[in-house]
Amino acid sequence: MSRFLAEVGANPGRSGHRLSIEAARVVYQTRETLAGLFGVGDPLRVIFGLNITDGINLALHGLLRPGDHVVTSGMEHNAVMRPLNALQKSGVQVTRVACRPDGSLEAQQVENAIQANTRLIVMLHASNVSGTLLPIREIGQIARRKKLLFMVDSAQTAGVIPVDMQADAIDLLAFTGHKSLYGPMGTGGLIIGERVSLEDLKPVRQGGTGSRSEYERQPDFLPDCYESGTPNAVGIAGLLAALRWLEKTGLEQIREREERLCGLLISILREIPGVKIFGPGEAKSQTATIALNLEGMEPSTLGQRLDEEYGILCRVGLHCAPAAHRTLGTFPDGCVRLSLGAFQSETDIYKVTAAIRAIAKEMHGHAIRGCAR
Amino acid sequence: MDTQYAVVLVDSTSHAMRIEKLLISRGLGCKLIPVPRHLSSDCGICVRIKASDAPAIYELLRSNQVRINSIEEL
Repeated sequence: MSRFLAEVGANPGRSGHRLSIEAARVVYQTRETLAGLFGVGDPLRVIFGLNITDGINLALHGLLRPGDHVVTSGMEHNAVMRPLNALQKSGVQVTRVACRPDGSLEAQQVENAIQANTRLIVMLHASNVSGTLLPIREIGQIARRKKLLFMVDSAQTAGVIPVDMQADAIDLLAFTGHKSLYGPMGTGGLIIGERVSLEDLKPVRQGGTGSRSEYERQPDFLPDCYESGTPNAVGIAGLLAALRWLEKTGLEQIREREERLCGLLISILREIPGVKIFGPGEAKSQTATIALNLEGMEPSTLGQRLDEEYGILCRVGLHCAPAAHRTLGTFPDGCVRLSLGAFQSETDIYKVTAAIRAIAKEMHGHAIRGCAR
Repeated sequence: MDTQYAVVLVDSTSHAMRIEKLLISRGLGCKLIPVPRHLSSDCGICVRIKASDAPAIYELLRSNQVRINSIEEL
């Protein structure tokens, strides 16, 4: 990113000079690398937007029309639920398939929800609250069999759990650079599979693309038709560097490490009196994101104490996912979420669990003193 | 004798990127240049190639399903 800002800094696709061309090369290489990562043949099907939410909005608002029916899960983030809610007001029907209390989803339930006017199945690959993995491959097959489009929100998994648009039968894949792809914020978008007709997917914004400048109507070819305005080329340069790091490190190695640390974290947390874990509680069935609460303590208090007294930063509350919290039984109070990544170690696990143990013990002590009085 | 050039005209910079990459991988020389005004009023870029490579490049792009507008002599 520093190199891009210092030595390139030009607008990709907006001019023919060498720096603009260099910027365009960086953006194109990033498309190509993402296409390789997600099993996409044509890099031009990778659309960059403001972020993954923007990609989800393009897919849902671009595709769904009044009278269409869409099936989603009971674990969704507001990135999916809010656009769906807005579309519902304009006549799109939405069925939310309930998940089990640990957030897992039975594929058959999704199939049962399909109607004659169903157009799309949309869901996240893993919950941003409890890490619960959803059976996307199975659901992709159902979508294919029923001739529906299948869209996946890969925010929580891209870069750590394999996502393959071919093998998983995904037609629309929303991705973000800033989580397990280890890129900067403000990089993300949508990958459009070959079964999606461009005529059916309307752009949600129009504007300059650097192409067909003599015309005042939006171009109809990929990727320009969905990419108006100056892109976040510096962010995309950062994402490219991150993707190269990811390729070198190896997705499998990262997953293996995260799974091991997640298992360790869960097993120690389980031994701490008063800690309740939400979600599968099993490293293999989830990402390395653990939702928990400490009995008798508000999530915000625990989060604040972990930050101020131990330097451990975590997100507390509802995590932009009221649907998931309802499923997990943590609505409206929310919970504390611990998230592990490729840079955490066993030492970090011991530190965080020792901190929670100390806070829990202190609370327990107070409770006993309270009783004695 | 001066080299005779042709240009591959494309819809989008992204298409030019793809062509550049493909040609380089096949050892075919090319250069991305601004689209000459007399060929198109677009503000984008095109791929300059040797005129003598044009037939082979046309075939290569066609067989790789790369979308182009036309190949024009300079």
